[in-house]
Amino acid sequence: MSLDSKTVARIATLARIRVPETDLPGLAQELSGIMTWIEQLNEVDTRGVQPMSGVLARDMPRRADVVNDGGDPQKVLANAPEPAHGFFTVPKVIE
Amino acid sequence: MSDLTHLTIAAALDGLAAKKFSARELGEAHLGAMAKHKKLNAYITETPETALQQADASDKRRAAGKAGALDGIPLGIKDLFCTEGVLTTAGSHILDGFKPTYESTVTRNLFNAGAVMLGKLNLDEFAMGSSNKTSYYGSVVNPWKRTGDNTDLVPGGSSGGSAAAVAARIAMGATGTDTGGSIRQPAALTGTVGIKPTYGRCSRWGIVAFASSLDQAGPIARSVEDCAIMLGAMAGHDPKDSTSVEMAVPDFRRALTGDIRGLRIGIPREYRVNGMSAEIDALWAQGAEWLKVQGAELKEISLPHTKYALPTYYIIAPAEASSNLARYDGVRFGLRVPGNSLDEMYELTRAAGFGKEVKRRILIGTYVLSAGYYDAYYLQAQRVRALILKDFTEAFKDVDVILTPSTPSAAFGFHENEDDPVQMYLNDVFTVTVNLAGLPGISVPAGLDAKGLPLGLQLIGRAFDEETLLRTAGVLERCADFTALPAGV
Repeated sequence: MSLDSKTVARIATLARIRVPETDLPGLAQELSGIMTWIEQLNEVDTRGVQPMSGVLARDMPRRADVVNDGGDPQKVLANAPEPAHGFFTVPKVIE
Repeated sequence: MSDLTHLTIAAALDGLAAKKFSARELGEAHLGAMAKHKKLNAYITETPETALQQADASDKRRAAGKAGALDGIPLGIKDLFCTEGVLTTAGSHILDGFKPTYESTVTRNLFNAGAVMLGKLNLDEFAMGSSNKTSYYGSVVNPWKRTGDNTDLVPGGSSGGSAAAVAARIAMGATGTDTGGSIRQPAALTGTVGIKPTYGRCSRWGIVAFASSLDQAGPIARSVEDCAIMLGAMAGHDPKDSTSVEMAVPDFRRALTGDIRGLRIGIPREYRVNGMSAEIDALWAQGAEWLKVQGAELKEISLPHTKYALPTYYIIAPAEASSNLARYDGVRFGLRVPGNSLDEMYELTRAAGFGKEVKRRILIGTYVLSAGYYDAYYLQAQRVRALILKDFTEAFKDVDVILTPSTPSAAFGFHENEDDPVQMYLNDVFTVTVNLAGLPGISVPAGLDAKGLPLGLQLIGRAFDEETLLRTAGVLERCADFTALPAGV
Protein backbone atom coordinates (compact mmCIF):
# COMPACT_ATOMS: atom_id res chain seq x y z
CA MET A 1 0.00 0.00 0.00
CA SER A 2 1.50 3.29 -0.92
CA LEU A 3 0.32 6.53 0.61
CA ASP A 4 0.76 9.72 -1.37
CA SER A 5 1.35 13.21 0.00
CA LYS A 6 -2.30 14.12 -0.50
CA THR A 7 -3.48 11.20 1.65
CA VAL A 8 -0.97 12.06 4.37
CA ALA A 9 -2.14 15.68 4.34
CA ARG A 10 -5.73 14.48 4.74
CA ILE A 11 -5.03 12.17 7.69
CA ALA A 12 -2.85 14.84 9.32
CA THR A 13 -5.85 17.18 9.15
CA LEU A 14 -8.11 14.50 10.60
CA ALA A 15 -5.57 14.01 13.41
CA ARG A 16 -5.24 17.79 13.90
CA ILE A 17 -1.46 17.75 13.48
CA ARG A 18 0.02 20.51 11.30
CA VAL A 19 2.54 18.99 8.89
CA PRO A 20 4.62 21.39 6.74
CA GLU A 21 4.16 20.81 3.00
CA THR A 22 7.86 20.00 2.61
CA ASP A 23 7.62 17.13 5.12
CA LEU A 24 4.76 15.38 3.33
CA PRO A 25 6.72 13.34 0.73
CA GLY A 26 9.17 11.96 3.33
CA LEU A 27 6.37 11.12 5.73
CA ALA A 28 4.37 9.48 2.93
CA GLN A 29 7.34 7.25 2.13
CA GLU A 30 7.84 6.28 5.79
CA LEU A 31 4.18 5.50 6.38
CA SER A 32 4.00 3.55 3.10
CA GLY A 33 6.91 1.40 4.30
CA ILE A 34 5.08 0.59 7.52
CA MET A 35 1.76 -0.09 5.75
CA THR A 36 3.44 -2.37 3.20
CA TRP A 37 4.93 -4.41 6.04
CA ILE A 38 1.52 -4.55 7.74
CA GLU A 39 -0.16 -5.85 4.59
CA GLN A 40 1.08 -9.37 5.22
CA LEU A 41 -2.02 -9.64 7.43
CA ASN A 42 -4.05 -10.08 4.27
CA GLU A 43 -2.56 -13.58 3.90
CA VAL A 44 -4.41 -14.75 7.00
CA ASP A 45 -7.70 -16.51 6.41
CA THR A 46 -10.06 -14.91 8.93
CA ARG A 47 -13.37 -16.04 7.45
CA GLY A 48 -15.81 -16.70 10.28
CA VAL A 49 -13.53 -15.20 12.95
CA GLN A 50 -15.12 -12.60 15.22
CA PRO A 51 -13.07 -9.40 15.62
CA MET A 52 -11.65 -9.14 19.12
CA SER A 53 -11.62 -5.73 20.79
CA GLY A 54 -10.27 -6.85 24.14
CA VAL A 55 -9.24 -9.92 26.09
CA LEU A 56 -11.81 -9.82 28.87
CA ALA A 57 -14.65 -12.10 27.86
CA ARG A 58 -17.30 -10.57 30.06
CA ASP A 59 -19.73 -7.69 30.17
CA MET A 60 -18.57 -4.38 31.49
CA PRO A 61 -19.48 -3.99 35.15
CA ARG A 62 -22.10 -1.42 36.05
CA ARG A 63 -22.27 0.86 39.03
CA ALA A 64 -25.13 2.67 40.68
CA ASP A 65 -26.22 5.72 38.68
CA VAL A 66 -25.26 8.26 41.33
CA VAL A 67 -22.88 11.19 41.56
CA ASN A 68 -19.74 9.85 43.26
CA ASP A 69 -17.10 12.43 42.40
CA GLY A 70 -16.74 16.03 41.32
CA GLY A 71 -17.55 19.43 42.75
CA ASP A 72 -13.93 20.50 42.58
CA PRO A 73 -13.52 23.06 39.77
CA GLN A 74 -10.18 24.32 41.14
CA LYS A 75 -8.65 20.89 40.71
CA VAL A 76 -10.16 20.45 37.26
CA LEU A 77 -8.74 23.80 36.11
CA ALA A 78 -5.43 23.53 37.95
CA ASN A 79 -3.47 22.56 34.82
CA ALA A 80 -5.37 24.58 32.23
CA PRO A 81 -3.13 26.81 30.08
CA GLU A 82 -5.34 29.91 30.30
CA PRO A 83 -8.33 29.44 32.59
CA ALA A 84 -10.63 32.41 33.12
CA HIS A 85 -13.58 32.94 35.48
CA GLY A 86 -13.75 29.26 36.32
CA PHE A 87 -13.69 28.09 32.69
CA PHE A 88 -11.30 26.64 30.13
CA THR A 89 -10.69 29.10 27.33
CA VAL A 90 -10.16 28.63 23.59
CA PRO A 91 -9.78 31.02 20.64
CA LYS A 92 -13.03 32.65 19.55
CA VAL A 93 -15.22 30.19 17.64
CA ILE A 94 -18.25 32.43 16.90
CA GLU A 95 -17.82 35.68 15.00
CA MET B 1 26.53 2.81 53.35
CA SER B 2 26.44 2.45 49.56
CA ASP B 3 26.09 -1.32 49.92
CA LEU B 4 22.50 -0.64 50.99
CA THR B 5 21.70 0.11 47.36
CA HIS B 6 22.80 -3.40 46.37
CA LEU B 7 20.28 -5.17 48.58
CA THR B 8 17.24 -6.84 47.13
CA ILE B 9 13.85 -5.59 48.32
CA ALA B 10 13.41 -8.82 50.27
CA ALA B 11 16.76 -8.38 52.03
CA ALA B 12 16.08 -4.69 52.71
CA LEU B 13 12.72 -5.53 54.30
CA ASP B 14 14.50 -8.04 56.55
CA GLY B 15 17.16 -5.46 57.44
CA LEU B 16 14.53 -2.83 58.24
CA ALA B 17 12.60 -5.32 60.36
CA ALA B 18 15.79 -6.27 62.24
CA LYS B 19 16.59 -2.55 62.77
CA LYS B 20 19.97 -2.94 61.02
CA PHE B 21 19.23 0.35 59.24
CA SER B 22 16.39 2.81 58.97
CA ALA B 23 14.20 3.70 56.00
CA ARG B 24 15.83 7.13 56.10
CA GLU B 25 19.32 5.61 55.75
CA LEU B 26 18.08 3.42 52.93
CA GLY B 27 16.53 6.44 51.19
CA GLU B 28 19.63 8.59 51.68
CA ALA B 29 21.88 5.85 50.28
CA HIS B 30 19.77 5.79 47.12
CA LEU B 31 19.62 9.57 46.78
CA GLY B 32 23.42 9.59 47.07
CA ALA B 33 23.76 6.95 44.36
CA MET B 34 21.34 8.89 42.12
CA ALA B 35 23.61 11.93 42.35
CA LYS B 36 26.53 9.83 41.09
CA HIS B 37 24.66 8.41 38.12
CA LYS B 38 23.06 11.52 36.65
CA LYS B 39 24.68 10.78 33.28
CA LEU B 40 22.35 7.83 32.82
CA ASN B 41 19.47 10.34 32.59
CA ALA B 42 17.20 7.73 34.20
CA TYR B 43 15.12 10.22 36.18
CA ILE B 44 13.13 13.06 34.64
CA THR B 45 12.18 14.42 38.07
CA GLU B 46 13.87 13.55 41.34
CA THR B 47 11.80 13.92 44.49
CA PRO B 48 14.31 13.84 47.38
CA GLU B 49 12.13 15.83 49.82
CA THR B 50 9.17 13.54 49.28
CA ALA B 51 11.44 10.51 49.61
CA LEU B 52 12.86 11.59 52.95
CA GLN B 53 9.46 12.60 54.33
CA GLN B 54 8.03 9.24 53.32
CA ALA B 55 11.08 7.45 54.76
CA ASP B 56 10.69 9.23 58.12
CA ALA B 57 6.99 8.39 58.18
CA SER B 58 7.90 4.78 57.40
CA ASP B 59 10.35 4.61 60.28
CA LYS B 60 7.61 5.87 62.60
CA ARG B 61 5.12 3.30 61.33
CA ARG B 62 7.64 0.52 61.77
CA ALA B 63 8.44 1.66 65.32
CA ALA B 64 4.70 1.56 66.04
CA GLY B 65 4.50 -1.98 64.66
CA LYS B 66 2.40 -0.92 61.67
CA ALA B 67 4.79 -1.53 58.76
CA GLY B 68 3.25 -2.39 55.37
CA ALA B 69 4.40 -4.89 52.75
CA LEU B 70 6.87 -2.44 51.16
CA ASP B 71 7.47 -0.14 54.10
CA GLY B 72 10.55 2.02 53.61
CA ILE B 73 11.50 0.58 50.21
CA PRO B 74 12.78 3.29 47.81
CA LEU B 75 11.24 2.94 44.36
CA GLY B 76 11.33 4.82 41.09
CA ILE B 77 8.04 5.52 39.32
CA LYS B 78 7.79 5.48 35.54
CA ASP B 79 6.75 8.95 34.47
CA LEU B 80 3.58 7.57 32.89
CA PHE B 81 1.92 7.19 36.32
CA CYS B 82 0.10 10.30 37.52
CA THR B 83 1.48 11.37 40.89
CA GLU B 84 -0.38 14.00 42.85
CA GLY B 85 1.38 17.36 42.81
CA VAL B 86 4.48 15.95 41.06
CA LEU B 87 5.27 16.76 37.42
CA THR B 88 4.07 13.94 35.15
CA THR B 89 5.35 14.15 31.58
CA ALA B 90 4.89 10.81 29.77
CA GLY B 91 8.25 11.79 28.22
CA SER B 92 6.41 14.32 26.06
CA HIS B 93 6.67 18.05 25.46
CA ILE B 94 2.88 18.21 25.18
CA LEU B 95 2.45 17.59 28.93
CA ASP B 96 4.67 20.55 29.86
CA GLY B 97 4.12 21.56 33.45
CA PHE B 98 1.38 18.97 34.10
CA LYS B 99 1.04 18.30 37.83
CA PRO B 100 -1.85 15.90 38.38
CA THR B 101 -4.32 16.70 41.14
CA TYR B 102 -4.84 12.99 41.74
CA GLU B 103 -2.77 9.85 42.32
CA SER B 104 -2.81 6.78 40.04
CA THR B 105 -4.27 3.71 41.70
CA VAL B 106 -1.04 1.71 41.34
CA THR B 107 1.13 4.38 42.97
CA ARG B 108 -1.54 4.92 45.62
CA ASN B 109 -1.42 1.17 46.35
CA LEU B 110 2.39 1.27 46.59
CA PHE B 111 2.35 4.24 48.97
CA ASN B 112 -0.34 2.56 51.07
CA ALA B 113 2.08 -0.37 51.39
CA GLY B 114 4.73 2.07 52.66
CA ALA B 115 6.85 2.56 49.53
CA VAL B 116 9.12 5.59 49.23
CA MET B 117 9.25 7.51 45.91
CA LEU B 118 12.71 8.57 44.71
CA GLY B 119 11.44 10.24 41.56
CA LYS B 120 9.84 9.90 38.15
CA LEU B 121 11.64 7.74 35.60
CA ASN B 122 12.36 8.53 31.97
CA LEU B 123 10.60 6.64 29.17
CA ASP B 124 9.92 6.69 25.46
CA GLU B 125 7.39 9.41 24.65
CA PHE B 126 3.93 8.08 25.58
CA ALA B 127 5.63 4.69 26.03
CA MET B 128 6.09 4.38 22.26
CA GLY B 129 9.50 2.92 21.61
CA SER B 130 12.01 0.17 22.28
CA SER B 131 15.12 2.24 22.93
CA ASN B 132 14.14 5.23 25.08
CA LYS B 133 15.35 7.48 22.30
CA THR B 134 11.94 9.07 21.72
CA SER B 135 11.77 10.83 25.11
CA TYR B 136 11.51 14.63 24.95
CA TYR B 137 13.79 14.61 28.00
CA GLY B 138 16.64 12.87 26.18
CA SER B 139 17.75 9.27 25.94
CA VAL B 140 18.48 7.06 28.91
CA VAL B 141 21.89 5.38 28.87
CA ASN B 142 22.13 1.69 29.71
CA PRO B 143 24.56 1.18 32.63
CA TRP B 144 25.87 -1.89 30.79
CA LYS B 145 28.69 -1.54 28.25
CA ARG B 146 30.22 -4.05 25.85
CA THR B 147 33.47 -5.46 27.23
CA GLY B 148 36.38 -3.19 26.28
CA ASP B 149 34.10 -0.79 24.41
CA ASN B 150 32.87 2.46 25.88
CA THR B 151 30.03 3.03 23.39
CA ASP B 152 26.81 4.06 25.10
CA LEU B 153 24.01 1.56 24.60
CA VAL B 154 20.24 1.91 24.85
CA PRO B 155 18.45 0.46 27.90
CA GLY B 156 15.49 -0.68 25.80
CA GLY B 157 12.05 0.79 26.10
CA SER B 158 9.69 2.07 26.80
CA SER B 159 10.38 1.53 30.54
CA GLY B 160 14.08 2.26 29.89
CA GLY B 161 14.51 4.66 32.80
CA SER B 162 12.94 2.09 35.13
CA ALA B 163 15.20 -0.73 33.94
CA ALA B 164 18.38 1.40 33.89
CA ALA B 165 17.69 2.74 37.40
CA VAL B 166 17.14 -0.72 38.85
CA ALA B 167 20.26 -2.09 37.09
CA ALA B 168 22.38 0.88 38.24
CA ARG B 169 21.19 0.47 41.86
CA ILE B 170 19.58 3.91 41.93
CA ALA B 171 16.16 2.39 42.66
CA MET B 172 15.46 -0.84 44.49
CA GLY B 173 12.56 -1.52 42.17
CA ALA B 174 10.52 0.49 39.72
CA THR B 175 7.11 0.56 38.16
CA GLY B 176 6.82 -0.03 34.45
CA THR B 177 4.07 -0.38 31.91
CA ASP B 178 3.97 -2.87 29.06
CA THR B 179 1.89 -2.46 25.89
CA GLY B 180 4.01 -4.56 23.51
CA GLY B 181 7.07 -5.47 25.59
CA SER B 182 7.89 -2.24 27.41
CA ILE B 183 8.65 -3.97 30.73
CA ARG B 184 10.18 -7.24 29.52
CA GLN B 185 12.41 -5.91 26.70
CA PRO B 186 14.22 -3.26 28.83
CA ALA B 187 14.47 -5.77 31.70
CA ALA B 188 16.21 -8.19 29.32
CA LEU B 189 18.58 -5.49 28.03
CA THR B 190 19.63 -4.42 31.54
CA GLY B 191 19.93 -7.76 33.38
CA THR B 192 16.85 -7.11 35.54
CA VAL B 193 13.61 -9.00 36.12
CA GLY B 194 10.36 -7.57 34.76
CA ILE B 195 6.86 -8.98 34.82
CA LYS B 196 3.83 -7.89 32.83
CA PRO B 197 0.88 -9.35 34.72
CA THR B 198 -2.35 -10.54 33.14
CA TYR B 199 -4.45 -7.78 31.57
CA GLY B 200 -6.85 -6.68 34.30
CA ARG B 201 -4.58 -7.56 37.24
CA CYS B 202 -3.49 -3.95 37.90
CA SER B 203 -5.67 -0.88 37.60
CA ARG B 204 -4.89 1.39 34.67
CA TRP B 205 -6.56 4.35 36.37
CA GLY B 206 -4.23 7.35 36.44
CA ILE B 207 -1.73 5.83 34.01
CA VAL B 208 -1.35 7.94 30.87
CA ALA B 209 -3.11 5.78 28.27
CA PHE B 210 -1.37 4.49 25.13
CA ALA B 211 -3.37 1.48 23.85
CA SER B 212 -6.03 0.71 26.40
CA SER B 213 -6.76 -2.89 25.40
CA LEU B 214 -3.04 -3.77 25.73
CA ASP B 215 -1.57 -1.50 28.46
CA GLN B 216 -0.74 -3.13 31.77
CA ALA B 217 1.41 -2.01 34.72
CA GLY B 218 4.02 -4.20 36.37
CA PRO B 219 7.28 -4.08 38.33
CA ILE B 220 10.94 -4.19 37.33
CA ALA B 221 13.28 -5.36 40.10
CA ARG B 222 16.47 -7.34 40.65
CA SER B 223 14.95 -10.69 41.60
CA VAL B 224 11.84 -12.73 40.91
CA GLU B 225 10.98 -12.54 44.60
CA ASP B 226 11.21 -8.73 44.55
CA CYS B 227 8.87 -8.64 41.54
CA ALA B 228 6.46 -10.90 43.44
CA ILE B 229 6.51 -8.56 46.45
CA MET B 230 5.98 -5.44 44.33
CA LEU B 231 3.28 -6.97 42.15
CA GLY B 232 1.37 -8.02 45.25
CA ALA B 233 1.27 -4.39 46.37
CA MET B 234 0.47 -2.93 42.92
CA ALA B 235 -2.33 -5.31 41.91
CA GLY B 236 -5.97 -5.40 42.91
CA HIS B 237 -9.46 -4.56 41.79
CA ASP B 238 -10.28 -0.89 41.29
CA PRO B 239 -13.83 0.29 40.58
CA LYS B 240 -12.33 3.25 38.71
CA ASP B 241 -10.98 0.93 35.97
CA SER B 242 -13.79 -1.18 34.53
CA THR B 243 -11.21 -3.58 33.02
CA SER B 244 -9.54 -4.28 36.36
CA VAL B 245 -10.71 -7.67 37.48
CA GLU B 246 -12.56 -8.33 40.71
CA MET B 247 -10.37 -11.14 41.93
CA ALA B 248 -8.36 -11.64 45.11
CA VAL B 249 -4.62 -10.93 44.80
CA PRO B 250 -2.73 -14.11 45.68
CA ASP B 251 0.35 -14.06 47.93
CA PHE B 252 2.78 -14.13 45.02
CA ARG B 253 5.82 -14.48 47.24
CA ARG B 254 4.44 -17.71 48.69
CA ALA B 255 4.11 -19.10 45.18
CA LEU B 256 7.92 -19.28 44.95
CA THR B 257 8.24 -22.83 46.23
CA GLY B 258 11.24 -23.67 44.05
CA ASP B 259 9.55 -26.88 42.94
CA ILE B 260 8.55 -27.34 39.30
CA ARG B 261 8.55 -31.13 39.17
CA GLY B 262 5.97 -32.38 36.69
CA LEU B 263 5.34 -28.92 35.22
CA ARG B 264 4.95 -28.96 31.43
CA ILE B 265 7.03 -26.33 29.63
CA GLY B 266 6.15 -25.43 26.03
CA ILE B 267 8.83 -24.52 23.50
CA PRO B 268 7.13 -22.74 20.57
CA ARG B 269 8.84 -23.58 17.30
CA GLU B 270 7.71 -20.34 15.61
CA TYR B 271 9.88 -18.30 17.99
CA ARG B 272 13.01 -19.51 16.20
CA VAL B 273 13.02 -16.47 13.91
CA ASN B 274 15.31 -15.47 11.06
CA GLY B 275 18.28 -13.40 12.05
CA MET B 276 18.19 -14.43 15.71
CA SER B 277 21.70 -14.71 17.09
CA ALA B 278 23.16 -18.18 17.71
CA GLU B 279 23.92 -17.06 21.26
CA ILE B 280 20.27 -16.40 22.01
CA ASP B 281 19.27 -19.70 20.44
CA ALA B 282 21.85 -21.49 22.63
CA LEU B 283 20.70 -19.66 25.76
CA TRP B 284 17.10 -20.65 25.02
CA ALA B 285 18.15 -24.32 24.74
CA GLN B 286 20.13 -23.96 27.97
CA GLY B 287 17.10 -22.49 29.75
CA ALA B 288 14.96 -25.42 28.63
CA GLU B 289 17.62 -27.86 29.84
CA TRP B 290 17.77 -26.15 33.27
CA LEU B 291 14.03 -26.50 33.71
CA LYS B 292 14.16 -30.14 32.58
CA VAL B 293 16.89 -30.96 35.08
CA GLN B 294 14.63 -29.45 37.77
CA GLY B 295 11.95 -31.96 36.92
CA ALA B 296 9.85 -30.15 34.33
CA GLU B 297 8.73 -31.83 31.15
CA LEU B 298 9.57 -30.12 27.83
CA LYS B 299 7.09 -30.12 24.96
CA GLU B 300 7.48 -28.60 21.53
CA ILE B 301 4.37 -26.56 20.74
CA SER B 302 3.12 -24.53 17.80
CA LEU B 303 1.78 -20.96 17.89
CA PRO B 304 1.10 -20.68 14.16
CA HIS B 305 0.08 -17.01 13.99
CA THR B 306 3.19 -15.69 15.77
CA LYS B 307 4.60 -13.98 12.67
CA TYR B 308 1.45 -11.88 12.34
CA ALA B 309 1.56 -10.53 15.89
CA LEU B 310 3.74 -7.47 15.20
CA PRO B 311 1.79 -6.22 12.17
CA THR B 312 -1.44 -6.82 14.12
CA TYR B 313 -0.03 -4.81 17.00
CA TYR B 314 0.99 -1.97 14.66
CA ILE B 315 -2.63 -1.56 13.62
CA ILE B 316 -4.33 -2.01 16.97
CA ALA B 317 -1.92 -0.01 19.14
CA PRO B 318 -1.75 3.07 16.86
CA ALA B 319 -5.53 2.94 16.34
CA GLU B 320 -6.15 3.03 20.09
CA ALA B 321 -3.38 5.61 20.56
CA SER B 322 -4.81 7.96 17.94
CA SER B 323 -8.04 7.95 19.93
CA ASN B 324 -6.43 8.18 23.39
CA LEU B 325 -4.08 10.99 22.39
CA ALA B 326 -6.89 13.12 20.97
CA ARG B 327 -7.20 14.61 24.45
CA TYR B 328 -3.91 16.54 24.07
CA ASP B 329 -5.28 19.62 22.39
CA GLY B 330 -3.94 22.56 24.39
CA VAL B 331 -7.23 23.23 26.15
CA ARG B 332 -7.23 21.52 29.53
CA PHE B 333 -3.60 20.80 30.42
CA GLY B 334 -0.04 20.93 29.16
CA LEU B 335 1.35 22.80 26.19
CA ARG B 336 -0.69 25.37 24.24
CA VAL B 337 0.55 27.02 21.07
CA PRO B 338 -1.73 29.99 20.23
CA GLY B 339 -3.62 29.99 16.95
CA ASN B 340 -6.11 32.24 15.21
CA SER B 341 -8.82 29.61 15.30
CA LEU B 342 -9.60 26.63 17.49
CA ASP B 343 -8.47 24.20 14.78
CA GLU B 344 -5.27 26.11 14.21
CA MET B 345 -4.53 26.04 17.94
CA TYR B 346 -5.11 22.27 18.01
CA GLU B 347 -2.91 21.68 14.96
CA LEU B 348 -0.04 23.90 16.08
CA THR B 349 -0.12 22.58 19.65
CA ARG B 350 -0.04 18.96 18.52
CA ALA B 351 2.62 19.65 15.88
CA ALA B 352 4.91 21.22 18.48
CA GLY B 353 4.02 18.94 21.37
CA PHE B 354 4.33 15.45 19.88
CA GLY B 355 7.62 13.90 18.76
CA LYS B 356 8.26 12.14 15.48
CA GLU B 357 7.40 8.57 16.54
CA VAL B 358 4.21 9.62 18.32
CA LYS B 359 3.04 11.57 15.26
CA ARG B 360 3.85 8.61 13.04
CA ARG B 361 1.69 6.33 15.16
CA ILE B 362 -1.19 8.80 15.46
CA LEU B 363 -1.18 9.15 11.66
CA ILE B 364 -1.12 5.36 11.12
CA GLY B 365 -3.93 4.98 13.66
CA THR B 366 -6.00 7.72 12.04
CA TYR B 367 -5.45 6.13 8.64
CA VAL B 368 -6.47 2.58 9.60
CA LEU B 369 -9.59 3.89 11.36
CA SER B 370 -10.61 6.20 8.52
CA ALA B 371 -13.55 5.57 6.22
CA GLY B 372 -12.75 3.02 3.54
CA TYR B 373 -9.86 1.41 5.44
CA TYR B 374 -11.50 0.40 8.71
CA ASP B 375 -12.64 -3.04 7.53
CA ALA B 376 -9.50 -3.86 5.55
CA TYR B 377 -7.06 -2.97 8.31
CA TYR B 378 -8.61 -2.54 11.72
CA LEU B 379 -11.21 -5.32 11.62
CA GLN B 380 -8.76 -7.70 9.94
CA ALA B 381 -6.20 -6.99 12.71
CA GLN B 382 -8.84 -7.63 15.38
CA ARG B 383 -9.65 -10.96 13.73
CA VAL B 384 -5.99 -11.98 13.57
CA ARG B 385 -5.71 -10.98 17.23
CA ALA B 386 -8.47 -13.50 18.00
CA LEU B 387 -6.45 -16.18 16.19
CA ILE B 388 -3.31 -15.31 18.18
CA LEU B 389 -5.26 -15.71 21.43
CA LYS B 390 -6.65 -19.03 20.14
CA ASP B 391 -3.08 -20.25 19.46
CA PHE B 392 -2.27 -19.74 23.14
CA THR B 393 -5.55 -21.22 24.38
CA GLU B 394 -4.81 -24.38 22.38
CA ALA B 395 -1.19 -24.52 23.55
CA PHE B 396 -2.15 -24.17 27.21
CA LYS B 397 -4.22 -27.35 26.95
CA ASP B 398 -0.91 -29.25 26.79
CA VAL B 399 1.53 -27.08 28.73
CA ASP B 400 1.57 -24.97 31.91
CA VAL B 401 4.19 -22.38 31.00
CA ILE B 402 5.89 -21.35 27.74
CA LEU B 403 9.63 -20.58 27.47
CA THR B 404 10.99 -18.19 24.81
CA PRO B 405 13.83 -15.68 24.44
CA SER B 406 12.87 -12.18 25.66
CA THR B 407 14.46 -10.27 22.78
CA PRO B 408 16.10 -11.05 19.43
CA SER B 409 19.33 -9.25 20.45
CA ALA B 410 21.23 -7.72 23.36
CA ALA B 411 21.34 -3.94 24.01
CA PHE B 412 22.29 -1.93 20.92
CA GLY B 413 23.96 1.42 20.23
CA PHE B 414 22.09 4.70 19.86
CA HIS B 415 22.57 4.87 16.11
CA GLU B 416 21.64 1.27 15.35
CA ASN B 417 18.10 0.40 14.17
CA GLU B 418 17.65 4.05 13.35
CA ASP B 419 16.81 4.35 9.68
CA ASP B 420 13.87 2.01 9.41
CA PRO B 421 11.03 2.19 11.95
CA VAL B 422 10.11 -1.44 11.18
CA GLN B 423 13.61 -2.62 12.27
CA MET B 424 13.01 -0.99 15.65
CA TYR B 425 9.53 -2.54 15.91
CA LEU B 426 11.10 -6.03 15.53
CA ASN B 427 12.60 -5.70 19.03
CA ASP B 428 9.20 -6.69 20.39
CA VAL B 429 8.80 -9.80 18.24
CA PHE B 430 8.82 -12.19 21.24
CA THR B 431 6.93 -10.03 23.70
CA VAL B 432 4.05 -8.53 21.73
CA THR B 433 2.01 -11.75 21.38
CA VAL B 434 1.54 -11.78 25.15
CA ASN B 435 -0.11 -8.34 25.15
CA LEU B 436 -2.43 -9.22 22.29
CA ALA B 437 -3.54 -12.33 24.21
CA GLY B 438 -3.65 -10.50 27.58
CA LEU B 439 -1.39 -13.10 29.25
CA PRO B 440 1.24 -12.67 31.96
CA GLY B 441 4.90 -12.74 30.87
CA ILE B 442 8.17 -12.33 32.74
CA SER B 443 11.75 -11.75 31.61
CA VAL B 444 14.52 -13.26 33.73
CA PRO B 445 18.24 -12.47 33.17
CA ALA B 446 19.80 -15.74 32.04
CA GLY B 447 23.36 -15.00 30.94
CA LEU B 448 25.82 -12.70 29.20
CA ASP B 449 26.60 -12.66 25.49
CA ALA B 450 30.15 -12.80 24.10
CA LYS B 451 30.40 -9.02 24.43
CA GLY B 452 29.47 -9.12 28.12
CA LEU B 453 25.89 -7.89 27.73
CA PRO B 454 22.92 -9.42 29.56
CA LEU B 455 20.36 -11.59 27.78
CA GLY B 456 16.95 -12.57 29.09
CA LEU B 457 14.59 -15.49 28.79
CA GLN B 458 10.84 -15.01 28.83
CA LEU B 459 8.23 -17.21 30.46
CA ILE B 460 4.56 -16.89 29.49
CA GLY B 461 1.75 -18.13 31.72
CA ARG B 462 -1.99 -18.72 31.63
CA ALA B 463 -4.25 -15.75 32.28
CA PHE B 464 -4.35 -14.96 36.03
CA ASP B 465 -1.86 -17.73 36.81
CA GLU B 466 1.05 -15.48 37.79
CA GLU B 467 1.74 -17.92 40.61
CA THR B 468 2.87 -20.76 38.32
CA LEU B 469 4.68 -18.21 36.16
CA LEU B 470 6.61 -16.76 39.14
CA ARG B 471 7.34 -20.24 40.54
CA THR B 472 8.91 -21.27 37.22
CA ALA B 473 10.75 -17.95 36.92
CA GLY B 474 12.18 -18.46 40.41
CA VAL B 475 13.62 -21.82 39.37
CA LEU B 476 14.99 -20.40 36.11
CA GLU B 477 16.61 -17.58 38.08
CA ARG B 478 18.22 -20.02 40.53
CA CYS B 479 19.64 -22.13 37.67
CA ALA B 480 20.92 -19.12 35.70
CA ASP B 481 22.48 -17.63 38.85
CA PHE B 482 22.95 -14.26 37.16
CA THR B 483 25.26 -12.22 39.39
CA ALA B 484 27.07 -9.96 36.88
CA LEU B 485 27.03 -6.22 37.51
CA PRO B 486 27.20 -3.36 35.02
CA ALA B 487 30.52 -1.48 34.92
CA GLY B 488 30.76 1.33 37.46
CA VAL B 489 27.97 0.02 39.68
